[in-house]
Amino acid sequence: MSDTLLKTIFGRLGWESFPVHEPILLGTFFVVVLLGLAVVGATTYFRLWRYLWKEWFTSVDHKKIGIMYIILAIIMLLRGFADALMMRAQQAIAFGANEGYLNAHHYDQIFTAHGTIMIFFVAIPLVVGIVNFVMPLQIGARDVAFPFLNNLSFWLTVAGAILTMVSLFVGEFARTGWLSYAPLAGIAYSPDTGVDYYLWSLQIAGVGTTLSAINMVATVIKMRAPGMTMMKLPVFTWTALCSNVLAIAIFPALTAAFFLLMLDRYVGTNFFTNDLGGAPMMYWNMVWIWGHPEVYVLVLPAFGIYSEITSTFSGKRLFGYSSMVYATVVITILAYLVWLHHFFTMGAGPGVNSFFGIATMVISIPTGAKIFNWLFTMYRGNIRFELPMMWVVAFMLTFVVGGMTGVLLAIPPADFVLHNSLFLVAHFHNTIIGGVVFGLFAAMVYWFPKAFGFKLDPFWGKVAFWGWVVGYWIAWTPIYVVGLMGTVRRVHHFDDPSFQPYFVIAAFGAVIILVGILGFVMSIVMGFVRREQLRDVTGDPWDGRTLEWSTSSPPPPYNFAFTPVVHDLDAWYDMKARGYERPMSGFRPIHMPKNTGAGVILAGLSLTLGFGMVWYMWWLAALSFVGLLVVAVGHTFNLHRDYFIPADKVAATEGARPRLLGMGA
Amino acid sequence: MSAHLHAEHHPQASGHSRRGYRIGSALAIILTVIPFWLVMSGGLSNPAVTAAIIFALALVQIVVHVVSFLHLDTRSEGGWTLLAFLFTVVIVVVTIGGSIWVMYHLNANMMPMPNGAVPIVR
Repeated sequence: MSDTLLKTIFGRLGWESFPVHEPILLGTFFVVVLLGLAVVGATTYFRLWRYLWKEWFTSVDHKKIGIMYIILAIIMLLRGFADALMMRAQQAIAFGANEGYLNAHHYDQIFTAHGTIMIFFVAIPLVVGIVNFVMPLQIGARDVAFPFLNNLSFWLTVAGAILTMVSLFVGEFARTGWLSYAPLAGIAYSPDTGVDYYLWSLQIAGVGTTLSAINMVATVIKMRAPGMTMMKLPVFTWTALCSNVLAIAIFPALTAAFFLLMLDRYVGTNFFTNDLGGAPMMYWNMVWIWGHPEVYVLVLPAFGIYSEITSTFSGKRLFGYSSMVYATVVITILAYLVWLHHFFTMGAGPGVNSFFGIATMVISIPTGAKIFNWLFTMYRGNIRFELPMMWVVAFMLTFVVGGMTGVLLAIPPADFVLHNSLFLVAHFHNTIIGGVVFGLFAAMVYWFPKAFGFKLDPFWGKVAFWGWVVGYWIAWTPIYVVGLMGTVRRVHHFDDPSFQPYFVIAAFGAVIILVGILGFVMSIVMGFVRREQLRDVTGDPWDGRTLEWSTSSPPPPYNFAFTPVVHDLDAWYDMKARGYERPMSGFRPIHMPKNTGAGVILAGLSLTLGFGMVWYMWWLAALSFVGLLVVAVGHTFNLHRDYFIPADKVAATEGARPRLLGMGA
Repeated sequence: MSAHLHAEHHPQASGHSRRGYRIGSALAIILTVIPFWLVMSGGLSNPAVTAAIIFALALVQIVVHVVSFLHLDTRSEGGWTLLAFLFTVVIVVVTIGGSIWVMYHLNANMMPMPNGAVPIVR
């Protein structure tokens, strides 16, 4: 075959694109292939493909989609954390004459992949997954507003994650940091496939996240149970609403910035290049208009989780509900007014820097109000220190430190010293691990019995808790110290040997976090093994206060046989207090959305579109794009989208439940 | 609030009449003709004043379109439409205004360039 033909078919993909000369990648590749074969083999052996396709992959049930989001996030957490361990190991040994085991080229890919994966494919899917699972149950709805869209959003996120993972073995990932700053990410300085992988996977996943956010906002606004006015909305639902409103408003900025960067890379425009009138700083400006609110997209639902858990495990109504709601709304607005604090040092004058510095400090006021609300909820409460509550306490102790270093960094003159140092890296890991990750673990422990009908194993859950909390402090305190002393981020080798002990301690801390992660996996495994002892038959294992605890665990596909009527903020607590009895007759057929495979197909075509564009296989990209249009339009002609669950089936499902509901734990 | 939840199937209930469309079209035409006339007749000697008037009329034009064609009022969807619109306006103003402010400020701490060139934004 001629060279031209090969180029037409394979674009720039060739034998040299496969990293056969990199022993680390080759080893990883074989492990991944073996694991993959084992999973595929087991699925085939147990004849699970049909079940998985019919009951899960094509499902439009918000509960199943939420669970799939969380599974995706946990798998990607393992990948992202493997990157973290490699970085910690490299920095612990690469001093003086020792170059470590990673060269700069490989190290740069690892820190980029770590940041990209942890934010886009761990934190976002976990938050979206928990919102997906919990929020419709909390508002007494049977599903989200657009069930098919929900399925499509999930699979688009998966397509983005797969494209990122493919870059591990076919070609390279970006070496430009998790936000791929221009002009480094431009074609002049990054001519290889890395930045293209980055852009296409995040664009595809970003479409999914935006659509999901629209879906969630519509659900909260249109599908609340009768009687649930906005000021009777559970706090978690409030924070989910604000977080998704933020997401709708900010993701277009990121998509536009990436799109302009794509034009620079593919068709030679000069939006973000150094010459010909390009303004690389405009790229920073646009990605941070997305980037700063994004941390609130993640942390607001975590705040909602802490509120629910604090109230439940203190046995008290949440202190200052309305102040909590207003604080959430104020944070939502203020989140837009602070983005420049990520580039104080870029050259703006005192007027601009003071404005954004003060706006940043102002955000700590509503956040601080929330901390006091949780403390006052606990005050004189009958606190049960079970696992979810332990995570809340660990959060408050850890997050406050991250908040204070944040206010420190918000002072522009201090930022000029600390910008791009490891102090900053320690600060955002402090807030994201201490604020978001602890909250998500608390949520998974808290709502796991609702999703699966049995609690997680408490012993291994405590191993996970102590591993994460102790590991966090041991891993990041030394990084704060060396950062304050001026060590910069994103370097793979240090000259000054006096810093080495700090990095060795940090690596040790990362290993303790690994114990925490494995402990969490074990708590699922052992929970499953001991599921009969840990079974939740009441549907209300923690003596909860909101509507999701009023249905069975796991909930039936239709969530509620009768739409609940809400009279009080803590609707389920109110129902229990008034001696609510579950109706056992008078059921009616329930109207439900039907499963569809269109989401999987559309996401698969997006994946091949992305892959074709990354490797310049124009025919593949064009075919996929046409396929996307055909399937999307074709799906609009699918009129068999709903079905009724007959009344006698509802009666059978409800009758099979133990009549223990309303008795509490 | 919940009483409004099922109101979405009755667009006529919000009172969008043919009259609303007619008034909207008339206003839109008037608001388009005035800027054209201002420019083509050269009525005002100062181009800055002309630009300011056109810009102001364009803003009025946006309001006319949104109210009479997109039916933005305080009642539709229980007020959510208006809230969403105002929120979008705030975000767009912050994003565009903020970006312009930031980008024109970025050379404040830079050394003067030769030939008086402005390095970041032209």
